Amino acid sequence: MSQATLRIQKISGHAGSVPGEDTQRQYTVAKLIDTTTCIGCKACEVACVEWNDMPFSATEFNNTYQTMPETRWNYWNLILFNEHEKEDGSLMWLMRKNQCMHCAEPGCLEACPSDGAIIQYTNGIVDFQQDKCIGCGYCITGCPFNIPKLNQKTKRVYKCTLCTDRVSEGLEPACIKSCPTGCLHFGSKEEMKVLAEQRAEQLRTHYNFPNAGVYDPPGVGGTGVIYVLHDAKNPEIYGGLPKDPRVPLSVKLWKGPLKWLGNIAMVGGVIGLFVHYLRYGPKERDVESKEPHQGAEP
Amino acid sequence: MSSQADQILPHGRVLRYPFFERSNHWLAAFSYIYLLLTGLAFWSPWLFWIAVVLGGGQISRMLHPWIGLFFFYAVMRMYGYWAPQMRTTEVDKQWWRSLRHYVQNQDHRMPPAGRYNAGQKALFWSFFYAAIVLLLTGLVLWFPESIPWNLRWLRYISVFLHPVAALFTIANFLLHIYMSVFAERGAFGSVIRGDVSLEFAKRYHPGWYREIVEKTTASRK
Repeated sequence: MSQATLRIQKISGHAGSVPGEDTQRQYTVAKLIDTTTCIGCKACEVACVEWNDMPFSATEFNNTYQTMPETRWNYWNLILFNEHEKEDGSLMWLMRKNQCMHCAEPGCLEACPSDGAIIQYTNGIVDFQQDKCIGCGYCITGCPFNIPKLNQKTKRVYKCTLCTDRVSEGLEPACIKSCPTGCLHFGSKEEMKVLAEQRAEQLRTHYNFPNAGVYDPPGVGGTGVIYVLHDAKNPEIYGGLPKDPRVPLSVKLWKGPLKWLGNIAMVGGVIGLFVHYLRYGPKERDVESKEPHQGAEP
Repeated sequence: MSSQADQILPHGRVLRYPFFERSNHWLAAFSYIYLLLTGLAFWSPWLFWIAVVLGGGQISRMLHPWIGLFFFYAVMRMYGYWAPQMRTTEVDKQWWRSLRHYVQNQDHRMPPAGRYNAGQKALFWSFFYAAIVLLLTGLVLWFPESIPWNLRWLRYISVFLHPVAALFTIANFLLHIYMSVFAERGAFGSVIRGDVSLEFAKRYHPGWYREIVEKTTASRK
């Protein structure tokens, strides 16, 4: 029996029960990103590419620090540089390390039709299994953070694994290991939340950031990556971090009511037609005459 | 033998569907069945095994959109062949009012349908409009990665409308199979061999029957 299946609590496109659901006592893990101490050095980006052995991804130069506009199938971890103008007219850098948020209720997993292509381990990590991915891209639609990216050659989708290979061996993710300022932390979700709240409180009382707070959006059940923001009331200014991310309503409707209505209608339709046949039968059994018709040419 | 629609054939039969209408019908039918099976596999985890049987999830995902293009092409050709005959007439309105008799197989109490009865016309237009919705939403679902983030609502709409339109076609498809294979004996043969008996025409399409007979009598004079 594989230990891996025991540690899985959610499986995409899966009929029947999930082997690991509630069978193991395990911490939910979380990554804490303190945007207020990030210096934008991109060490985490390099560490991610190195650890995951990803091929080189060409950068783009457009006179800013932003060397690529968004994450890619082979670039899972990207710092978004935002020059923010404060109310007094002065500028400040808002740098946010962007990657998969490892939602507790992942939209990608909900949308995925392929059995086992997306799994959630009991420690909360959401991981794509490329061997089972069919490349439909439903996860791209299900994700409110624009994270899953399709590889055109393999036709499979890739994203941050939260270094599940390292975490399962008791190591912290590569990005955490590389951070020189200590703005990245890794541990249990509970610990990280306490640490994040402490830092936010410090920012509010001692650093003149009255709106400082923690980003752990409840719309997706909380996330496995939480942020400390100077201004938690306006997460959009951090490169479009959604204020209230949710699995898109249409995905919810599609996978919820529509699926039930559709299934009932299809099964009901087949049964209904069968019963109709039992009750009324064919319209006319002997309508096809074997005899030559009168008046027709022989 | 030249094949021309409505041509009276030997042994009391009449040509209903010439060769190209029949072959086009089967292009639509086989592509639809493939789309239905792979679509159902993507619809429900309980049916994902269908994709496995048909060559695997990746292959099904790869082929589904291409076969969809074939299906769309066939439906558009049907539009070319049959659209002029599918306009609603006064008889069709009466037909819908008498639907109860049709369901209860009391066909003698039905108003005289023409070459197509109102139900067949509804089927035709259902598939025609559904095919357009399926194509448009299907194109978005084909290349979701190339839809820019600020146009993501296109994906949200498509991911919902595509199965809605598909379910709508499934309802029509089930009725179509039931009517043509089980309920109306002779209908299935008409789309294989192309002809139906004159009794069939007279019973189910009296208006059409009258036209054929009149035409034939006129040509004989």
